[in-house]
Amino acid sequence: MSGATVYGLCSAALVGLGLFGLIVHPEPLRKILAFNLIGGGVFLLFGVVARKGAAAGFGGDPVPQALVITGLVVAFAATALAVGLLLRLSQEADVQPRSRMDSQP
Amino acid sequence: MPDTATAGGFLPVLAIVLPVAGVLLSLALGGRQAERVALALMPIGLAVAVAIAVGVWRTHNVLQYLVGSWDPPLGVAFRADGLSAAMLVATALLVCGIGLFARDQFSSPERLEARAPFVFWTLLLAVWGALNAVFVGGDLFNLYVALELLTFAAVPLVSLDGRAETMAAALRYLLFALFGSILYLLGAVLFYGAYGTLDIVLLSGRIRAEPTAWAAISLMTAGLLAKAALYPFHLWLPPAHAGAPAAASAILSGLVVKAPFFLVIRLWFDIMPRMPQPAAAQVLGVLGAAAIVVGSIVALRQARLKLLIAYSTVAQIGYLFLVFPLAVKPETGHPWGTFAWTGGVLQALSHAFAKAAMFMAAGLIAEALGHDRIAGLAGIGRALPITVFAFGLGGLSLMGLPPSGGFSAKAMLLAAVAEGQWWWAVIVLIGGLLAGGYVFLVLVKTLADPIEPLRLSTTIPPSRQAVVVALALCALLLGFVPLRPSELLQIGRPDIALAGFR
Repeated sequence: MSGATVYGLCSAALVGLGLFGLIVHPEPLRKILAFNLIGGGVFLLFGVVARKGAAAGFGGDPVPQALVITGLVVAFAATALAVGLLLRLSQEADVQPRSRMDSQP
Repeated sequence: MPDTATAGGFLPVLAIVLPVAGVLLSLALGGRQAERVALALMPIGLAVAVAIAVGVWRTHNVLQYLVGSWDPPLGVAFRADGLSAAMLVATALLVCGIGLFARDQFSSPERLEARAPFVFWTLLLAVWGALNAVFVGGDLFNLYVALELLTFAAVPLVSLDGRAETMAAALRYLLFALFGSILYLLGAVLFYGAYGTLDIVLLSGRIRAEPTAWAAISLMTAGLLAKAALYPFHLWLPPAHAGAPAAASAILSGLVVKAPFFLVIRLWFDIMPRMPQPAAAQVLGVLGAAAIVVGSIVALRQARLKLLIAYSTVAQIGYLFLVFPLAVKPETGHPWGTFAWTGGVLQALSHAFAKAAMFMAAGLIAEALGHDRIAGLAGIGRALPITVFAFGLGGLSLMGLPPSGGFSAKAMLLAAVAEGQWWWAVIVLIGGLLAGGYVFLVLVKTLADPIEPLRLSTTIPPSRQAVVVALALCALLLGFVPLRPSELLQIGRPDIALAGFR
């Protein structure tokens, strides 16, 4: 089993774990963490693709690496926005009863 | 399709750069200038969109720009074809209408800096820029970034009033959208791994019928469905769209949910036209049919006007996905030459105008009455006749009564049904009847005599009502397009499939 295959399987496992967490856990913070887990899996897959594209004697395909940097920035911004919303929501919810995410229709 | 940049290729780039420059300028100049910057950019942006449409029409070709003159697969292309041009013009018109409508609601106070107007105007420009980027993007990864920008701009619009309910709705919207975009990205990386490109045109030439392609297409489609709020992923939409201010709901419901639909169209008809998948298209059609029936029935049971309109969006999005079973047919050749494909695009455009007008009308009614309970609407038809008229015009398009864009769209879907698969016609007709039900439910209430004389909390200036009527009339005017596959929309559809079929 080559290194790329091992990393590919790892990324599949990360995506699977993240999807499970995103669907199963009702708490928003867990969902945000699960989203980051999927993101980690996808970015690892970018690395695998870069390595596999390097078959023609190059050290590595640079395009997926450039894409990963952009993807990381986007995922970071998404996480920041989600955590920011969650913080504001918990500040509001301290005044009122908890768990309004679950009580939404 | 050209391999290099074309004359006028800078126009699609300008359509993205202008709103983004407006956002940066607003941030630099500070709160009170944001409104002026946005309103000044709107006519320029509309002119650019019209120039793109004219350019595409006159050259009968795609306007293409290659960033840094690097050819794909290494470079990134921006392409405006006929479909993009139609969406760009509709977006620009809608944004201009929303700008005129929101001037009174979000006017910046003279001395102090107010947060809500600043955020609204900046994010309106950001949504516009992101939508334009989705419509002219030619690279799947670039489109991912555009989709994320759209999410980041749209989510805060939902929670503009800062109440806990709307923030919970915004958070739920964000989580659904992130789930959708990460699946989309996973599909994109599979494409890159298999074919070494993310460019849509190159990909359509290299793609083969094999498991990697199916996995990538399925993941991307599933992710986009979550963003487009197709049943059963619709749960986030009603609280988000009903909680946002009317001006924001108009663009969220009218256009933001159409961007992922636009990309599904790109995936299914531009990337894999040579390998139609009728069975998978039937699945999309069934989900669309479920959305029409469930969305309309739940809309009928709503007590609040804005929630009713939001559930009606869930139903109308269902119609968009009836395109897939009707247009993906191996035997007919180009899917984009079919009635169903054109009808689907027309449905997206006319629903955008009709729904925006209805949300704005609901917003004016809520401002005048201080609430939007449907049971308490009696007498508003006499107090705000123009607003209620605009609501009715929008409803005409939702029901699919002539003359309206909704009628033309549904007539074309029915014409496509006539070539086979009669059962979709039943869904289209049931959806029309149910839409008639919830529109009349509201209209009957507004025209009833109030038990006690109506007291309006504010007076609504006629100019704002005129904007709502103008948008509703746009939906009506779309009913006068000829009932055949449109020539403009076909400009720039891939030639590869042509060679493969005829």
